[in-house]
Amino acid sequence: MSDYNFAYLDEQTKRMIRRAILKGIAVPGYQVPFASREMPMPYGWGTGGVQVSAACLMPEDVLKVIDQGADDTTNAVSIRKFFEKTAEVAVTEKTREATVIQTRHRIPEELLTEGQILVYQVPIPEPLRFLEPRETETRKMHALEEYGLMHVKLYEDIAKHGHIATSYAYPVKVEGRYVMDPSPIPKFDNPKMEMAAIQLFGAGREQRIYAVPPYTKVVSLDFEDHPFDPSKANHPCDLCGAEHTYLDEVIIDDDGGRMFVCSDTDYCAERQATGHRGRLSPSQDLEKAAE
Amino acid sequence: MYVAVKGGERAIDNAHAWLAEERRGDVTVAELTVPQIREQLALAVNRVMTEGSLYDPDLAALAIKQSRGDLIEAIFLIRAYRTTLPRIGHSHPVETDKMACDRRVSATFKDVPGGQVLGPTFDYTHRLLDFKLMAEGEVPEAAVADPRLEPTPHVTSFLNKEGLIQSEAAGDEIPPDLTREPLELPANRALRLQALTRGDEGFILSMAYSTQRGYGNSHAFVGELRIGKVAVEMDIPELGFAIEIGEVELTECETVNKFAGSKVEPPQFTRGYGLTFGQTERKAISMALVDRSLRSKELGVEVSNSPAHDEEFVLYHCDNIQATGFLEHIKLPHYVDFQSEMELVRKMRVEIASASAKEAAE
Amino acid sequence: MLEKQMSDQSLIGAFATPPQDAARAFRAALEALARPGTLHEIKGGQAPAPVSEAAASLLLTLCDPETPLCLMGAHDTPEFRDWIAFQIGAPIVGPAKAMFALGTWDALQPVTAFPIGTAEYPDRSTTLIVEMDTLSQDGAQLTGPGIETTASLSLPALEPFQMNAMLFPLGLDFYFTSGTQIAGLPRSTQVTDMMEAN
Repeated sequence: MSDYNFAYLDEQTKRMIRRAILKGIAVPGYQVPFASREMPMPYGWGTGGVQVSAACLMPEDVLKVIDQGADDTTNAVSIRKFFEKTAEVAVTEKTREATVIQTRHRIPEELLTEGQILVYQVPIPEPLRFLEPRETETRKMHALEEYGLMHVKLYEDIAKHGHIATSYAYPVKVEGRYVMDPSPIPKFDNPKMEMAAIQLFGAGREQRIYAVPPYTKVVSLDFEDHPFDPSKANHPCDLCGAEHTYLDEVIIDDDGGRMFVCSDTDYCAERQATGHRGRLSPSQDLEKAAE
Repeated sequence: MYVAVKGGERAIDNAHAWLAEERRGDVTVAELTVPQIREQLALAVNRVMTEGSLYDPDLAALAIKQSRGDLIEAIFLIRAYRTTLPRIGHSHPVETDKMACDRRVSATFKDVPGGQVLGPTFDYTHRLLDFKLMAEGEVPEAAVADPRLEPTPHVTSFLNKEGLIQSEAAGDEIPPDLTREPLELPANRALRLQALTRGDEGFILSMAYSTQRGYGNSHAFVGELRIGKVAVEMDIPELGFAIEIGEVELTECETVNKFAGSKVEPPQFTRGYGLTFGQTERKAISMALVDRSLRSKELGVEVSNSPAHDEEFVLYHCDNIQATGFLEHIKLPHYVDFQSEMELVRKMRVEIASASAKEAAE
Repeated sequence: MLEKQMSDQSLIGAFATPPQDAARAFRAALEALARPGTLHEIKGGQAPAPVSEAAASLLLTLCDPETPLCLMGAHDTPEFRDWIAFQIGAPIVGPAKAMFALGTWDALQPVTAFPIGTAEYPDRSTTLIVEMDTLSQDGAQLTGPGIETTASLSLPALEPFQMNAMLFPLGLDFYFTSGTQIAGLPRSTQVTDMMEAN
């Protein structure tokens, strides 16, 4: 597609985004303001992640895009196609093969490695936003490391409900300094954020980029008497039998029957391919017959 | 067995094909051309150019056609296109003093040097559906006056001579560019004005209206509203001087508000300013009112808790492309977040049920 | 028709295929800063001596008319200024206004002259590009974000980097360049003497 520059953005815009990414790496968890551009997809649909990916992609990269953990959800398909067209990079659904992974709402189940970059799409980057709507105020709170409000909120949850009532976008503290929004991933994914890969976060509409370098301390906020609990549905995957993965609940008939399946479609498919079976897997005899 | 929750590539392609068909509509009806839209839906074109921050009537008309008349969608198309254009340089400030005015009215004086020129306005038309237009829109030619050759001075400049209006010092600093730098608060006036020009007409109108109804009490007069063409000049480094590279049609509005004076300033009038592409006067007037409202703090007048006095509220919510994107993104799948919420709610229900069972047992 | 007579050197040395070369150079810079103590290849840019290929490539990747640049010592030559003007367009400024600075470690002294950001905007700080004779993975011991256990890097000094880390989240970020090699040291890295660490 010769009408547009490699990876869509013009070089000056990429430089601006690259500078912001590097500042984010230097100050883990700090939200770097950047002059987000209008992208050919709407704000709120991953423009921040797309801009970060566009600034990172090399011709040699292999790109994976997931939404809700799945490669084949509509918005993931749309973003993957965008980069196939504008950056002519190879794409994959295999977590292991990808060098750049753009994600919305999940961290892949498979451990990420050095040499990989995980790019998160972020709707509201400010973890304090729902406690204090004013940017001028929250900026001051970060500057002064004044996070009392957040602890009060979490503690009020405990007083009212007996535990913290946040199940996704669960706030973390990065390297003992900045409180950060991990994007709307389920809290089940929070412990994975201490990883070998580089994690970059892009919020287009809110004009912020932030980052977590590899092996950076990422601690989910909690209290001594109420430790962080990354729990998930207490079921194995009905297709691959995994007991350690995050599950989607799928309603399968009019009577409210349901099944639980891995939200990470690549992980689940690979487990099935290597012989793992769940409660509702197609019968093994049938498969043997087919072989 | 496995329910088809995945849409995927084919669904997207099919949806787009259907959309294209719907856009075209009944094929026995002649297709709209871009020049038709540019010429006959010019006010829609002007809005798309203003909020899209790109002066190009043909592209704006194309965007309106492509978006099936959804102007916010058209603005979005223009913005997305604009962002890919290289920045070659910047022009000199346009001199609206030298505008060739098609329309120029002042509400504050009965007559002013340069005259009151009504121009092509809906004002004073009776809003009666003209059924003749159902058939055809051919019109008799309108009368033509001799063009005014000399510059038309701004009405506020007359007030300025008497010192009756707060003066705006000319600055030589380069204003920040909202499309190249992230919005930082508190924003200076240049940045606020850019945001308001790009802001959604409906939002800015309602904000302005709220100031008229007592939310941030201020009574504005339209000191002047002018619409016309101005020359755009740019320095060409290779030439070493500025040349005219084209002209743009603008709407400019200056409002005046009474100000009772403060400890350091005598009683005088203060200004609000609006500037938009094409003939877009509702937007320009609204913008001037909101500009004046957002200046309350720097002018040292009373600041209330009203929305139109709140810079963060106005600037963070006036952009319809940001707003519509975020609003509509809730259509995207959220089943992972929802799953985690469902588990939490179930857990809380079990806890409450077991607590009340325990209570009953005791 | 350029007003000033440019030296021939200033017209050459850009990336051959700018979008692709800059993307590769950026990834090297990203990996270098995200994993302090690792060395990476960064190449494709050629600036007049004494500027290394690594430094020239980094400047081409990150700098433009929006990034004030400070040149120090032997790196502040008319030829190189011409090259910057033609290839990058970054305004040349003094330390107090620099977003980027380039020079040898000695020439960049005192590093305390460069902005370290503010409490509300710690990103408004200078990134220093330190030209080195050689780079190697020994010397000072590094710990912190980007480092699994410990790493080592041949830093030109100890104390200034220790002082810098104490300013966190404010502070300067460093790149070290030599030939076509680059290493990074963000403000978040703790630096200790190898001898003390052992």
